[in-house]
Amino acid sequence: MNAVTIDVSLKRFAAAAQAPPVTALRDLKFAVARGEFVCVLGPSGCGKTTLLNIVAGLDRDYSGRVIVTATSANAQPTLGYVFQTPRLLPWRTAKENVQLVQRPEQDRQIVAELLSVTGLSEFQNTYPERLSIGMSRRVALARAFAIEPDLLLMDEPFVSLDEATAQRLRLMLLDIWRRRPTTVLFVTHDTREAILLADRIVVLSASPGSVESVFDVDIPREQRNDPAIVEAWRNRKISLPRKTDPENQAPIV
Amino acid sequence: MSSSGLRALGIRIASFASLILLWQIGTLILGPRKLPSPATVAYVLSADIADGSLPFHLAITLLRVAASFVTAMAIGTFLGIAMGRMPRFDRFFDSWLIVALTFPALVAAILCYLWFGFGEAAAIIAVAVNKIPNVAVTMREGARALSRDLAEMATVFRFGRLKTLRHVILPALAPFLIAAARSGLALIWKIVLVVELLGRSNGMGFQINLFFSFFDVASILAYTIAFVVVIQLIEFGILRPLDRHTVRWRR
Repeated sequence: MNAVTIDVSLKRFAAAAQAPPVTALRDLKFAVARGEFVCVLGPSGCGKTTLLNIVAGLDRDYSGRVIVTATSANAQPTLGYVFQTPRLLPWRTAKENVQLVQRPEQDRQIVAELLSVTGLSEFQNTYPERLSIGMSRRVALARAFAIEPDLLLMDEPFVSLDEATAQRLRLMLLDIWRRRPTTVLFVTHDTREAILLADRIVVLSASPGSVESVFDVDIPREQRNDPAIVEAWRNRKISLPRKTDPENQAPIV
Repeated sequence: MSSSGLRALGIRIASFASLILLWQIGTLILGPRKLPSPATVAYVLSADIADGSLPFHLAITLLRVAASFVTAMAIGTFLGIAMGRMPRFDRFFDSWLIVALTFPALVAAILCYLWFGFGEAAAIIAVAVNKIPNVAVTMREGARALSRDLAEMATVFRFGRLKTLRHVILPALAPFLIAAARSGLALIWKIVLVVELLGRSNGMGFQINLFFSFFDVASILAYTIAFVVVIQLIEFGILRPLDRHTVRWRR
């Protein structure tokens, strides 16, 4: 069963006053099965964040249909979202930020467990302004899992971090995902990151974004830390679409 | 207390003592009729407190300050948030706000007495009308500064209206509310005195007008000191701690 089915025929938005609208997405169709980890890979500006905002219900001005299915019948689907910036409430502590998203009937122990897994137990009573950027992102990660989402959306959550911190957080994400399995739709422009994390990679074309190709990542997860294996797989399978000159369709150098 | 704390306290005491000394020198130069000595004013102050007249008029004035303050804060906050969040509403009322900001407090007080009669309602409306534009301007800035990112986060995580208001909107507006309250209190008590002087038969403003008629400078100073002390107690005892609490999360 699919956790989310995406069928966006057209998404345009006004770039500037007096300027013609820009087409961000066109004929974008794919589905994510329940429990699957899918990475949407595409160059900058191909509409990845727009796509997540549509799935999250933050952007309703598009043509098409997006269906998110709840795990249990008679319930509305629950979404988690890790934004590009942590978007924490600065007046709430790390623990309060994670707790706040929970529904009343949810188990409060989850918060303690997530703070422990993300290495934040010692900093649970610290306000976000006093946390490092890496720690803030870990809080955002814990918060997204604390709601026990039917679908977890992640918008380049490790961008602008140094590579060592980003890699530590990627492995942390996989660790939490194994403990608390859920469906993940993760957008990135980093091919290696997609290969490390995903069960399946959906490659988008450059603007306007539409599905260019889909790859099952058939490398066993325990081998994905080996750069040589990842590199060989990447060279064999994936090449990111480049932006093209609309006049002659030649790649822009 | 640390040595730096002791030093700060010492500076404050020295500053206060030099003010009293300067006052005493002023008495010697101007004469006790024009400027009564600190001791005379202290005696009048204690006598008026003992016979109950000062606490009575002070309480009446504070009630008027409280009523005007609550009215101005409630209406000003509502208007300010609406203007900050709704551009059309802002465009429509912006010119009204500019007129209201430049409207003299004295004229507003006189007009209110003429239109509504010499009653409590007129006095409170006159004071509130003067303060509402200032509160609205401050709260409009607060509402404009509300983070769209946090609002989106609250939408995705299904906070609902009440939870969003409590955990996202009000904490973001709190520093602006406190700023409006502090500047409001400083302005309102001054206008209340004018309004009482013009058209009430009790309160600090009325009493000061009465003392003015008898050239009783000692009582004028005694009442003023009592009132300033009470307002400072509200500022340091309530508003400043509240201010510190609302921004405790800042680095």
